[in-house]
Amino acid sequence: MLEWIEPLIKTLTTDSGFWNPIVWGIVFIVAFLVIYIIRGMGKIEYKKDTGQTQVFLSGNPEYDKEKMHVPGANVYWGFTEALKWLYNKFEKMHTGNVSDYVLWFVIIMGLFLVIIEVI
Amino acid sequence: MNEILNWMIYHSPALIVAVPLLGAFLTILIGKIGPRIRNVFVIIITAITSFLILLLANYVFTNGIKTYVFGGGSTSIESSYAIRILFEVDGMNAFIAIIAAILPIVAIIYSWAFMKEHTGLDKYYTLILLMTAGMLGMILTGDLFNFFVFLEITSIASAALIAFYLQKANSVQAAFKYIVISAIGALFLLFAIALFYGQYNALNMAVIANNISFTFIDRIALVVLIAALAMKAGIVPMHMWLPDAYGRAPASVTVVIIGTTLASLYGLFRVLFTIYGKYLFTVDSSQIALVLGVLIIVLAVVTIVIGVFMALKQNDFKRMIAFAAIAEIGYMFLAVGSALSTYTFEGGSATISASGQMALKGGVFHIFNDALDVGLLFLVAGAVYYAAKETSLNKLGGLARNMKYTTIFFLIGLAAVSGLPPMNGFASKLIIYQSTFQINPLLAIVAILCSILLLATFVKVFYSVFLGPKLPHFTGVKEVPKSMLLAMGIIACIIIFIGLFPNLFVENVVTPAANALQNATSYIGGVL
Repeated sequence: MLEWIEPLIKTLTTDSGFWNPIVWGIVFIVAFLVIYIIRGMGKIEYKKDTGQTQVFLSGNPEYDKEKMHVPGANVYWGFTEALKWLYNKFEKMHTGNVSDYVLWFVIIMGLFLVIIEVI
Repeated sequence: MNEILNWMIYHSPALIVAVPLLGAFLTILIGKIGPRIRNVFVIIITAITSFLILLLANYVFTNGIKTYVFGGGSTSIESSYAIRILFEVDGMNAFIAIIAAILPIVAIIYSWAFMKEHTGLDKYYTLILLMTAGMLGMILTGDLFNFFVFLEITSIASAALIAFYLQKANSVQAAFKYIVISAIGALFLLFAIALFYGQYNALNMAVIANNISFTFIDRIALVVLIAALAMKAGIVPMHMWLPDAYGRAPASVTVVIIGTTLASLYGLFRVLFTIYGKYLFTVDSSQIALVLGVLIIVLAVVTIVIGVFMALKQNDFKRMIAFAAIAEIGYMFLAVGSALSTYTFEGGSATISASGQMALKGGVFHIFNDALDVGLLFLVAGAVYYAAKETSLNKLGGLARNMKYTTIFFLIGLAAVSGLPPMNGFASKLIIYQSTFQINPLLAIVAILCSILLLATFVKVFYSVFLGPKLPHFTGVKEVPKSMLLAMGIIACIIIFIGLFPNLFVENVVTPAANALQNATSYIGGVL
């Protein structure tokens, strides 16, 4: 009667492994329940509207909420700054000039031709 | 009823192109009656086209290759000398056509509200349908010259749509770059076709594939075809037109352009595996296959790395997704290159290793997933622009408070494109990771690390656009209209469905497509 379910829940087998989202989902739910139970066993110390819930910024005053938003350019600033040498090269490549776009096309075509012909 | 259905299946390859083509020109006339009737007409045309594609795909997956000869009669005359124009549909064409069935219908539903405030919508819908017809023609044709013609139709319609926001200089500039790149790509494609025609007196892919002997001219044609189609597919370092075009076009248009990019990628696969397949995989030329495979892997790795790193640095929502899309194309290329590099010649015939076969399956599967995942993200970016009139990540913020459904759709897209379980992107990337690991562990490591960076990229978007406090200049922002939510919802549902039941999709759709790619002899047999 429920034969139609079988192909749906069948495991995807790769050459060296498998993947079944249904099994993953069940494991995820069980793990969530276990965590929830453990969390429930903890001490309830939360007190609403006390100093406990106020923002702590290393002792500095809290700015207005609008000013607290970090703009996109500042996210991962450290990462992009550390790899500035690489980004400079990548950005130099992206000139926005259509003649350069065509030049890259010619370079790749030439490179392929040389390699294929050498073989 | 059955007779009508059979008639439709029989003529479906022609109808799939003819219906949107006819619909495109009728749209201008219908538009004179009123915008509402025009919108209904366009969606009916797209729905009919999608229905025909599904009919054809079902037929091909069940019965094998379908060859449609224009004007009827036999596919070949006088000792396998094919002169008729024909469409040949195997598992691979059918697979790509399914993608082309989903994207335009979603784009049109999305456009109802998204483009409502603009003028010139008769022309807009005409161009969308023309682009759809061109894309489907590229996918279904069995004739190289036809492929060129349809590529041109697609390119011209796409360029006009990229420049839709005529008042913005960047849009016009992006369209100009796109048309220059497309024209050069098409010109070189035509040059390769001329080389084939000069040698074999044929334009039919199967006939050329049957006769190919890998002469000096054939090798030149191969290089030209790879470079031209790889540029149209957005492979690094020939990708630079893509962020401009994807980033500047209206979001609804970008979704369809993704389909045309994938149609070019399909063309590249067809060239490698079918036109040159008989030579590469049936005679002792495994060294050539290996070198081609390695070259493609190198380009793929560069594409993934540069795509991801550039995406991480972008501060424009749509441009960021465009670079992520480039990286995603790299994953497909990586899988195909890996598969090519595993061909070995033993006992008189070339065979692909088990890991190579799996890589090919993963690559083909990822084409579908990429179209959906990146498509959804572009629709979300369009929704954000529609609501906030802004795409800069430096200026946006706190939109999750006002746009709850859009935020959920973004999270689904984020998880899918980054390859997080249980989304569809995870299933295809898992196959790619495992198969490439067996070929060379370094490839899998690079692929996984770049996927993590891709996740980091979209976490940045999530944080910058949707999280944070409600910004004063966005207090009036409201959730987007229902038709836009419906369009995003359709893609999100397909993503979740494939994510939850990947084996169903892999077994019934991906495997026939991957098998068809490997079997050049069957494709040739469909005509000769």
